[in-house]
Amino acid sequence: MIELKTLISDAEIRALKVGDTVSLSGVMITGRDAVHKWLVETFIHPAKTPSEADLAVYQAIQPVLNGGLIYHCGPVVSGLESGQYHFIAAGPTTSMREEPYQADVLRQFNVKGVIGKGGMGNNSLRACQEVPAVYFHAVGGAAALIAQTVKKVMGVYKLEFGAPEAIWVIEVEHLPVVVTMDCHGQSLHDAVREKSKKALERLLV
Amino acid sequence: MKKDLSPEILELIRLTSTDLPGPVEKRLRAAKAAEEDGSAARHALDAILTNVEISRRDSTPICQDTGTPIFFVRLPREIPPFDLVEQIRAAVAQATRRNYLRPNAVEPLTGKNTGDNLGDEYYPSIHFTQGEDDTLTIDLILKGGGCENVGAQYSLPEPSLKAGRDLEGVRRAVLDAVHKAQGEGCAPGFLGVAIGGDRGTSYAASKQVFLRDLDDESPDTRLARLEERITREANELGIGPMGFGGKATVLGTKITATHRIPASYFVTISYMCWAYRRRRMIVTGDEVTYR
Repeated sequence: MIELKTLISDAEIRALKVGDTVSLSGVMITGRDAVHKWLVETFIHPAKTPSEADLAVYQAIQPVLNGGLIYHCGPVVSGLESGQYHFIAAGPTTSMREEPYQADVLRQFNVKGVIGKGGMGNNSLRACQEVPAVYFHAVGGAAALIAQTVKKVMGVYKLEFGAPEAIWVIEVEHLPVVVTMDCHGQSLHDAVREKSKKALERLLV
Repeated sequence: MKKDLSPEILELIRLTSTDLPGPVEKRLRAAKAAEEDGSAARHALDAILTNVEISRRDSTPICQDTGTPIFFVRLPREIPPFDLVEQIRAAVAQATRRNYLRPNAVEPLTGKNTGDNLGDEYYPSIHFTQGEDDTLTIDLILKGGGCENVGAQYSLPEPSLKAGRDLEGVRRAVLDAVHKAQGEGCAPGFLGVAIGGDRGTSYAASKQVFLRDLDDESPDTRLARLEERITREANELGIGPMGFGGKATVLGTKITATHRIPASYFVTISYMCWAYRRRRMIVTGDEVTYR
């Protein structure tokens, strides 16, 4: 198993290839549907000038994302009333919903990797080659197991999106993942889809 | 029968969210044993089984997506004078405060989270039927969004699949849906299939069929044969756990059929992720049991 800790270098990303098992540690942020839409519409293709409050969030997350990771996750978090946050359940969510936004977000922030499940499409794969970045597949549904790797909740932004959709800044230790899209243009998801399509054709002759 | 069953319903929710049913776990264990040593598929199933043990021990959600709570209530012959809808809603809100459920109900247009898993009269989803004895039964299914989003409905005939209005057409439609889902529904999954109905009842039936015992087969031998065949052939697709490639893609198929009008022939597939969270609460007199 390869050990990686944020912030991650381009050389470390280039050394990864599809099928590698990796243990991730360090500070990262969560972000899913609302966050991706907000990032793209507020900062990357803005229709109007961002508010002061939004710019403050940008300033805060930019250093975490530059060389860092974004985790597609809508956690169950305790301590919402007290502010003593703790991750209870934190598996990956389906990444494909972020396909319209992901490539822009990877390029804008120089993100080194996305953690999610189910894989992503061609736009994201192309951005992975350019940035460079990779797609790390976590085990879908393994929420209690992954929550144990979250050692500390360091902060939260955009809580008005709701707890599952907020930007949580977390410190993790040894989050287990598999590289399923690398920065050399390879995607395990494309390969499995093609192979299973041939099998389907045989079954439907 | 107790007047306020909300504490017992809270326990039903806790069990469903945190304690995977034994028969489901058994199939996951068998699936793991069949995958190659050192493969990504085997690693995934290993993580899944460890996760099942942790969530059961710590009483925390198996999956952070605790889904839409779907209740199926079978009322006793004589309906007790209490408001079960209110009790279910109170238990759901309490379960959310205790982190057995993630706050998942959002306003449809603004996306604003209600914070307590309570939405309009369709959320949580509650279905009532009337029984013929003195027992109250409440079934709960928690079904996450990843697998809900890969559900599909086909209107046969479907020429692109050469799927006609017969069981061979059903087989073709279901295998197509499994292929389209790839790993996105958190494979290895379970299939609930409804043949017939209208679009709405067909989807409802495709979920209700998940209440059957995992180890049973359809009493209709034609459907029982098809259940076995679809499971076997879906695994020949090689999609595998999480879509990593591997032997275990589908761990079980349940098929039901419901009357349709002559003009319509729907095949509806509900995909259940590996975290097949389902529990039953049975109330007879003052006694409450869970399974």
